[in-house]
Amino acid sequence: MTDRREFLRTTGAAAAALAIASAPRRAGAAPAYDDLDRFRSGASKELLLDAINAAKMAGASYADCRIARFQQNFVVTREQQIINVVDTDTLGCGVRALVDGCWGFAATRDLTRAAVTGAAGEAVAIAKANRIARDRAVTLAPTQAFPNATWKSDFRTDPFEVPLEQKVDLLLKANAEALKVPGVKFVNSILFFVKQERQFASTEGSVIDQTLVRSWPLFSATAVAPDFSDFQTRQAAEAAPMGRGFEYVLQCDLVGNARKWGEQAAEKLKAKPVEVGKYDLVLAPSNLWLTIHESIGHPTELDRALGYEANYAGTSFIAPPEEKLGKLKYGQPLMNIQGDRSQPGALSTIGYDDDGVKPDEFLIVKDGIFNDYQTTREQAPWLADWYAKQGKPVRSHGCSYADNWGSVAFQRMPNVSLLPANDNATWDDLVAGVDNGIAIIGDGSFSIDQQRYNAQFGGQVCYEIRGGKIAGMLKDVAYQIRTPDFWNSMDKIGGKASYELGGSFFDGKGQPGQSNAVSHGAPPARFRQVNVINTGRKA
Amino acid sequence: MSSRSLYAIAPHLSRAECEAITKRVLGFSTADECRVSVNSGMRQNTRFAVNQISTAGDDYNATVTIRSVIGKKVASVTVNRLDDASLRAAVDNSERIARLAPEDPELLPELGPQAYRDSIVWSDATASLEPEARAAAVRAISDPARKAGLISTGYLEANAGSQAVANNKGLFAYSRSTSSAFTTTVRTADGTGSGWAGASDNDFQRIDPRLLGERAIEKARQSVNPVAIEPGRYTVILEPTAVANLLQSITGSLNARSADEGRSFFSKAGGGNKLGEKVVDERVTLVSDPLDPRVPANTFGGDGMPNDKVTWIENGVVKTLAYDRFWAQKSNKAPVSAAGTLAMLGGTSSMEEMIASTERGILVTRFWYIRGVDPRTILSTGLTRDGTFLIENGKVTRPVKNLRYNDSPIFMLNNLLMMGRPERVSASEAGGPGQPIIVPALKARDFNFTSTSDAI
Repeated sequence: MTDRREFLRTTGAAAAALAIASAPRRAGAAPAYDDLDRFRSGASKELLLDAINAAKMAGASYADCRIARFQQNFVVTREQQIINVVDTDTLGCGVRALVDGCWGFAATRDLTRAAVTGAAGEAVAIAKANRIARDRAVTLAPTQAFPNATWKSDFRTDPFEVPLEQKVDLLLKANAEALKVPGVKFVNSILFFVKQERQFASTEGSVIDQTLVRSWPLFSATAVAPDFSDFQTRQAAEAAPMGRGFEYVLQCDLVGNARKWGEQAAEKLKAKPVEVGKYDLVLAPSNLWLTIHESIGHPTELDRALGYEANYAGTSFIAPPEEKLGKLKYGQPLMNIQGDRSQPGALSTIGYDDDGVKPDEFLIVKDGIFNDYQTTREQAPWLADWYAKQGKPVRSHGCSYADNWGSVAFQRMPNVSLLPANDNATWDDLVAGVDNGIAIIGDGSFSIDQQRYNAQFGGQVCYEIRGGKIAGMLKDVAYQIRTPDFWNSMDKIGGKASYELGGSFFDGKGQPGQSNAVSHGAPPARFRQVNVINTGRKA
Repeated sequence: MSSRSLYAIAPHLSRAECEAITKRVLGFSTADECRVSVNSGMRQNTRFAVNQISTAGDDYNATVTIRSVIGKKVASVTVNRLDDASLRAAVDNSERIARLAPEDPELLPELGPQAYRDSIVWSDATASLEPEARAAAVRAISDPARKAGLISTGYLEANAGSQAVANNKGLFAYSRSTSSAFTTTVRTADGTGSGWAGASDNDFQRIDPRLLGERAIEKARQSVNPVAIEPGRYTVILEPTAVANLLQSITGSLNARSADEGRSFFSKAGGGNKLGEKVVDERVTLVSDPLDPRVPANTFGGDGMPNDKVTWIENGVVKTLAYDRFWAQKSNKAPVSAAGTLAMLGGTSSMEEMIASTERGILVTRFWYIRGVDPRTILSTGLTRDGTFLIENGKVTRPVKNLRYNDSPIFMLNNLLMMGRPERVSASEAGGPGQPIIVPALKARDFNFTSTSDAI
């Protein structure tokens, strides 16, 4: 067994110094100890098995190991100049071990056999140290083994293969279009790409190899009043981050849309400040995704409901589970909320989660009634009674995720989406039913309490609705909600053709904080009599 | 026995190792200019929930960032593989990308050798905090909470690492640093009360887990069954954590360029910035000093520029804004790095005096989910959390339901009534070490609460 001292020695300064002192320069064929080559060739799978076997030998009842490569590429511009071009590329190994119902985790960037088995020993040692503060043993819901599984996300053009010139050219052209608009003084744009190659093995007998790509074009135009008395920014919230390749960036047509976004920034300078009051709201998917994320996605995480995130992200108003499942009226019968990790192009979409589970599609809200929580293998058994009543087996929904090889896996949000209506209702149909209201496009400022009751959301562009028609632009608009009241006020939603995905690269949860990438699909939706405040205070 | 007793040094790279790596990388470089940054270290953490440890882990990483400049073209590549082949490939890659990039008209030459003061951010105690000691610290909170029939949750993080930067103009800087934080939320079993306490320090020995537990337990008990009050303008007494939660949003705005460009609170009507203008109460002074032993920080920045003491706001007047090297040159000013730490000078009022002098007001433990709403005024929104109390006729009378505010730290510092003595706090929402910050408790009038929340 490798002990903690050994782990530190082999993964730490000594190993680094050794690598520096002894590694010859690359010449011809890659040297056998080159971690990246080993990873690419699949030889690191032996290390996966070495690590979980070492954990088992050291006393783990369950162990898993992830060896993964995480790449990021950023191209950052402002106006007509480049600010930064950055590539990051890290590779490493994380081992999780369960001993006597306690978890331990250790991670290292060093991919030698000594280092990964050392990390396994360290994970077991930490799990053992934690036994003095244990009340209830962790048990895992059963899962199928996937001994030789592979999965690749839905992308056509790998953004890491696209020449830099093409990325820069696209951004600078879009910036130039927005800068043609009188009043627009500043433009910031970024292309942000992520590629993850994840290898996983567990003592359940699974060995899984997955590759995913994510792309996010960011664009914002800022208009400044000639007398410097005001400035307004329009962010291109409609160009959502997506689990797709460079083909998606092209589809967003930054160059074609930039002028419109710039014009809207300038128009905001002259827009009418909103009057405080209650309004009917028509929310575009580009705004609603974030409201779904905060007021449905987070409170239906089972760890939150049971107090496991109380010190940071918070608990949930949907607790205790036995009083809420099948009983809580989240909204009207038109409201169906699906959790999944299968929508093509969505950010949380994946073949197998970080417990080695194949995720399923499940209804979190069914016909307006709260129906299920997001779960991992550790959590699903906590709902055994509910599943028994439903005649369903106890199985994880596959929501385990670690944001890096150096992070421990825990429950993270799948794609959580408002399913569209079965009819062909459109944005215009929703607006037509509003006498005095506000239409909001794009996500803005957002904040919600630790149990997900009270939230406040802004937008990018807001329009007055009068007599069923869009009137002029408004500014300084934010809506404040109490979650159950808000969703119960939703009286009409768009049909399938109006359904769009929004999402986030940076859904924060956990300590140490981890970022989950997640999408939320929605049609436009209408809400009655929502509280609107004016955020444009002067003193 | 400690499993790390025979190994006192945390696995970060030493000065000699960083020198060797940076020398090797610079040797591979064929660019006009090359900068190498090396960051390494161990993050050690233990979480607990429902009175028991939920997850714990140690992760070790070392990254090398290579920034290559070809003419006026620049690109950066980061890797965490330290063998020659990988470093050489990363150098080649950064040069290849730089050649493809358009020229950066704002590019300035790399700095030459600089003189640095020794940083004081290291603590052996933090670096050697093994899992057993972390578990014992957890029990110092979870045991009394369990005995009291309460439910404790929390997070302990201790980091130890080193940072180095070097370039082909002869600059080399190296420092090692530690950081730690311990935060806890204690809730009543029926979910009707919640209390929080937390601390952050580069030296974990200065954090007292038992004391944190006592404070959170006391607040959980006192906060049971809160009553709703009407939202509106209230006199507030903000504990130091709540003050820090609000003040942090000023830090990012203290920037000359965005002010000069007309898109910041610090922009002046008609053009220019507010340097020299009084923007808050004259008792307010905000400082960043990397050698302040209460909130120490690294003595150099990412580009190797030395970090010095900066007074941002003095007696209510804007004294300094951050200037990056380009904007400084353009504005004929000396460059000033952005605030890494924040210290607010305090007063002498005790919490008791602030409460006793308040006819009707609200005592706030901390704020949560703070997000910017209007950059023109640094107005943000967020909610009170884990201990919010009504003050009536000089006494804390009862817990109140949490409230959402929409207000600006600038407005709040203009409405200042009283200040206490500064305390270092844990003000990061995620409960990690966050920005080192030391601020006083304070009392202010007319703080703007816009709605109530049922959340406990």
